[in-house]
Amino acid sequence: MTAGITPSQTVGPFLAIGLPWPDGPYVVDPGTDGAITITGRVLDGAGDPVPDALVESWQAAPDGSFGHPDDPRSGGSRGVVTPGQHGGGSEKFRGFGRSATAEDGSYLLVTLKPGILPGNEEHAQAPHLDLSVFARGLLDRVVTRLYFGDEQAANDADPVLGTVPAGRRDTLIAAPVAGRPGSYSFDIRLQASQAGPETVFFDV
Amino acid sequence: MTAAALPSYQRPVGVHPPLDSPEYRSSLLRAPKLAPVPLPQRLTEVTGPLLGAERVTGTDADLTRRHPAEPLGERIIVTGRVLDSDGRAVPDALIEIWQANAAGRYAHGVDNHPAPLDPNFDGAGRCLTDSAGRYRFVTIKPGAYPWRNHLNAWRPAHIHFSLFGRAFTQRLITQMYFPGDPLFGQDPIFNSVPDPAARQRMICRFDLDVTQPDWALGYQWDIVLRGRDQAVFEEHR
Ligand SMILES: [Fe+2]
Repeated sequence: MTAGITPSQTVGPFLAIGLPWPDGPYVVDPGTDGAITITGRVLDGAGDPVPDALVESWQAAPDGSFGHPDDPRSGGSRGVVTPGQHGGGSEKFRGFGRSATAEDGSYLLVTLKPGILPGNEEHAQAPHLDLSVFARGLLDRVVTRLYFGDEQAANDADPVLGTVPAGRRDTLIAAPVAGRPGSYSFDIRLQASQAGPETVFFDV
Repeated sequence: MTAAALPSYQRPVGVHPPLDSPEYRSSLLRAPKLAPVPLPQRLTEVTGPLLGAERVTGTDADLTRRHPAEPLGERIIVTGRVLDSDGRAVPDALIEIWQANAAGRYAHGVDNHPAPLDPNFDGAGRCLTDSAGRYRFVTIKPGAYPWRNHLNAWRPAHIHFSLFGRAFTQRLITQMYFPGDPLFGQDPIFNSVPDPAARQRMICRFDLDVTQPDWALGYQWDIVLRGRDQAVFEEHR
């Protein structure tokens, strides 16, 4: 029974009035021990940058937990969690990131690599971020997942990647940037173009 | 921990607009062409950011008091509740809004509609729902504005609303419209919602009880997010 749900509408071209936060891209302070940087571009079906999009991320802490009462390991508590050995105990880890795209379609997230999520009747989930993309032209958000290219063993066993056609899986893998430890690159292609195949989006 | 102990959120079948809505021209190069892959809800999807009071400051819910003088336009109060589709209140949830000024112009460099900017209106607001899921904004009624989707295309007056429930799955960004707007019929964004009854749920209603005498017209609008799948939730609580 889903009667009554309010329908989605596009963010339109002026989302920058209401949505970006100065600290949005910083899930942790950039100086935090173990901080990683994720950058990429949102691209349309002509391969052109999408300058009026918003990318939001949600993820577990490095120990694989969520600061949320519905995480059975949280004991019902809410709020930020301390990133354990990565954070020196003082920095805050928000779990949530938000970045409006620039003129060149680029976005930025500075965060900690999430931990492996416990499995149950299935294999554990590889480290990943859930991403929402909003933009003029999108009447509803699109949802994708970002996995890490340097976690190949965990990725190979991940139950979600296992449901994605093999030929499309690498659209979900952020590539480590050569020569820049802790930097990953992840483009989001809303449609296929000369820039590459369409990113896998999920129906959640 | 068992996966069955996690809440699961109902799928909004037939509620949201199809991404592929060619009458809305901006969707042509941006709506994905391939069918989405079903993603059963796991921990990442049933948790989400619980953003609190640190995101909202004193004047954020009153868009008429954020500048030295008052903005021009018809002062309005917009209030209501955030609920989920089981009728449960969504408390302590962040709402962000943005809108055009009374002349239909956004305070944004990309907006070149030749209507005046208002130095006393930036069009952005925020608040948190209270323990009963209630929210309240004071603002001015936004104007309609033209856009280039088709010849003589005009957007009905609207306020953009962004909502966080308590789970990634509940995230919603939408637009609130005003009753009786003559521009509904020609607007491909409003009409992208396939079910006419669902379309009506994006329209607020005038409310004399919310209206403040000698001060501001009142509008009431409840927002409904995806609720939990009761069967699964009750069984394993
Ligand atoms: Fe708008």
